[in-house]
Amino acid sequence: MSVELLLTALMIASTPILLAAIGELVVEKSGVLNLGVEGMMITGAICGFAVAVETGSPALGFIGAALGGAAMSMIFGVLTQFLLSNQVATGLALTLFGLGFSALIGQGYVGQVPPSTPKLDLGPLSDIPFLGPVLLSHDLVVYLGLALVAGVWAWLRYSRGGMILRAVGENHDAAHALGYKVIRIRLAAIAFGGACAGLGGAYLSLVRVPQWTEGMTAGAGWIALALVVFASWKPWRVLIGAWLFGGITVLQLNLQAAGVKVPVELLSMSPYLITILVLVIISSDRRRANLNAPAALGRIFHAAS
Amino acid sequence: MTLTFTRRGAAALALAAALPFAAQAEDPTKVGFIYVGPVGDLGWSYEHDQGRIAVEEEFGDSVETTYVESVPEGADAERILTQMALAGTDLIFTTSFGYMDPTNNVAAKFPDVKFEHATGYRRDHPNVSTYSARFYEGRAVLGHIAGKMTSSNKIGYIASFPIPEVIRGINSAYLHAKKANPDVEMSVVWVYTWFDPGKEADAARALIDQGVDVLMQHTDSTAPQAAAKEAGIYSFGQASDMAQYKPAPRIGSIIDNWAPYYIERVKAVKEGTWESVDTWHGINEGMVELGEFSEAIPEEVRAEAQALSDSIAAGEYHPFTGPINKQDGSAWLAEGETSDDGTLLGMNFYIEGITGDIPN
Repeated sequence: MSVELLLTALMIASTPILLAAIGELVVEKSGVLNLGVEGMMITGAICGFAVAVETGSPALGFIGAALGGAAMSMIFGVLTQFLLSNQVATGLALTLFGLGFSALIGQGYVGQVPPSTPKLDLGPLSDIPFLGPVLLSHDLVVYLGLALVAGVWAWLRYSRGGMILRAVGENHDAAHALGYKVIRIRLAAIAFGGACAGLGGAYLSLVRVPQWTEGMTAGAGWIALALVVFASWKPWRVLIGAWLFGGITVLQLNLQAAGVKVPVELLSMSPYLITILVLVIISSDRRRANLNAPAALGRIFHAAS
Repeated sequence: MTLTFTRRGAAALALAAALPFAAQAEDPTKVGFIYVGPVGDLGWSYEHDQGRIAVEEEFGDSVETTYVESVPEGADAERILTQMALAGTDLIFTTSFGYMDPTNNVAAKFPDVKFEHATGYRRDHPNVSTYSARFYEGRAVLGHIAGKMTSSNKIGYIASFPIPEVIRGINSAYLHAKKANPDVEMSVVWVYTWFDPGKEADAARALIDQGVDVLMQHTDSTAPQAAAKEAGIYSFGQASDMAQYKPAPRIGSIIDNWAPYYIERVKAVKEGTWESVDTWHGINEGMVELGEFSEAIPEEVRAEAQALSDSIAAGEYHPFTGPINKQDGSAWLAEGETSDDGTLLGMNFYIEGITGDIPN
C-alpha cells in the first residue's frame, strides 16, 4: 500500500466535511446554531452538479453550489433572525427540506457524468517524488478548503470584523448596545456557512463520487457539525479533525483492500473510536472546553427597542 | 335514559353491520413499504419502488400505496412500522435485512396487519412472511464473466454487512471466477453501510489502487460505477441494471424483479387468502434477472455466461456443487453434492481460496 495514494485519498475524503465544518464554525461563532448543514450540503451537491453539467465548467459548478447553499441558509436566516423561530427545530427542518428539494431538482441529473475538475498542474514541481503527488497535484478546491481554514483563523483572531463577530456570538445584547447590527452580522455568517456547506456538497458530487445520487451526503453534514464541537470552535482543530476522520476512514478501507490482517470490525469502528478518544482528551479540562463555546450559541436575539 | 341508550346502541350496531359492506366496495387495500435508502439510489431501493409502482398499475384505485425511504435499520424502523400499522395499512413490505427484528416486534402488536420481510428468516408470528431472491445464482454468472475479463487477475468486491446473503454472494462469485480463471484473487472490503456514495467511492478507489480491474459490489448506489469508469476498469450493476454505465464500465448486472411477487401478495390480501410463507426465488422464477451482457465482453464469454444462466434456470446446475472446501480446508460439499437451502441461508463461512476473515 502506498502512502502517496493514501494521503491523496485522505485529502479527497476530508475536503467535504472540512468545508462544511469551517463554515459552520463561523456560524456558531456568531452565536447561531444551524443544524441544517446536511440540507445545505446536499443542496450544494445538486446545484453544483446541475450547473457544472449544464455549463460544462466545474468552476461555475462550485460557484453555483456556494450560491445554492447560501440561498438555502437564508431560509434558515429569515426564519430564525426575523421570525425568531427555534434554531434547533428550524435547522432540522432545513435538513429535511434540503434532502427533499435536492431529490426534486436532481430528477433529471441521475446517471449523468459531470465534467472533471482539473487538478493543479505545476509542471515539474508536481513531479517531485512524494511531495508532488501528496501536496501539489490536487484540484483547486482542496487548496481552497485549506485557505479557508487559514483565512477564517486569521480573520477571527486578528481582524476587527472577526472580533465583532465573536462579540455578537458571546453577548448579543452587549454587541447590540455598542451599536453593532446583530441580525445583519448573523445573517452574513449564516450565508457564509451555507456557501461553505454548498461547496462541500459539490465536492462530493463533482469530485469525490463523482455523480448525482439522491441523499448522497449520507450524514456528512452531521459529521461536520460534530467536528466543530470536536474542534472546540478552533479553525485549525477543525482541519485536524477532518483529516483524522477522513484519513482513518480511507486508511481502514485501504488496509482492508490490501488484505492487512487486522479485524475489520476494529477498522470500521476506528474513525469514531479515535474521534471520541480525542474528544475526551481535549475536553478533559472541562472549564477550558466550556469557555470555548460561544456564550450566546443558540439563543434568540430580540432587540428590546 | 335507558331507552335512549338502547336506541343509540341499536343505531350503532346497525351502522357497524352496514360498514363492512361499504368498506369492501370502496376502501382501497392499503399497502406500505419501507426502504433502507432513497428511491433514487438506482439500485436496491429503486427496484423495490418499481415493484410498488407495478402494484399500483395492476390494481389501480383499489389499492393505495405509501412508502417511507431512508429508514435506518433499528428503532426508527419500529417507530415507522407502528405508525403505518396504526394508519390502517393492510400489508407492509419491509425491504431490508436489518428490519427483521422491528418487523417481528411490530407484527406481534398488530395481528391483523400482514407483514412481508425481505431477505430475513424470522417468521415469529402467523402474520409475517419472508421473501428473498437467490442472488447467488446471478452472482455465479457475473463471477464467471469477472474471471474471464480480468487481466490483473484481481477482482474487487465491495461488501456491505457480514450477513449470510452477502457472504453467499461473495462465495458464489469467487467460486465461478476461480473456475473461469484459476489465477484469480479476490479482495473484499467491508464498508458497513448499504448506501453511502462517498464511502462506496472511497472503497472502490482503495481496491483500484490495489490493482483490481474488475469490481463487484453489494451496496446500493452507483458510486462504484463512477469510480470504475474514472479508472477505466469493469464493473457490474447491482440490484438494478445501472444501465447508465453501459457498455463500460458496467458489463453486466443483476436485476431484482420484485413486481410479480408484490402483485401476487397484494392479490392474496385482497382475496383473503394471504398466509405466512417463505419464498426464495431465483433466475427460473424471474425474481433474479440478468441485465444485458454488454459488447465489451467477448462474444464467446457472453455465450458461456448465457449457457450458465440457462442451466441454473433449468435446474440442471446448482451454483454450489461439490467438491467445495471451506476456507480452513475442511470439506463442505463432496463431489457432485449440492448445498441445501438451510446451509445457504445461514452461510457464515468463506470457501477455500478466499483470503481474509469474515467480521463477526
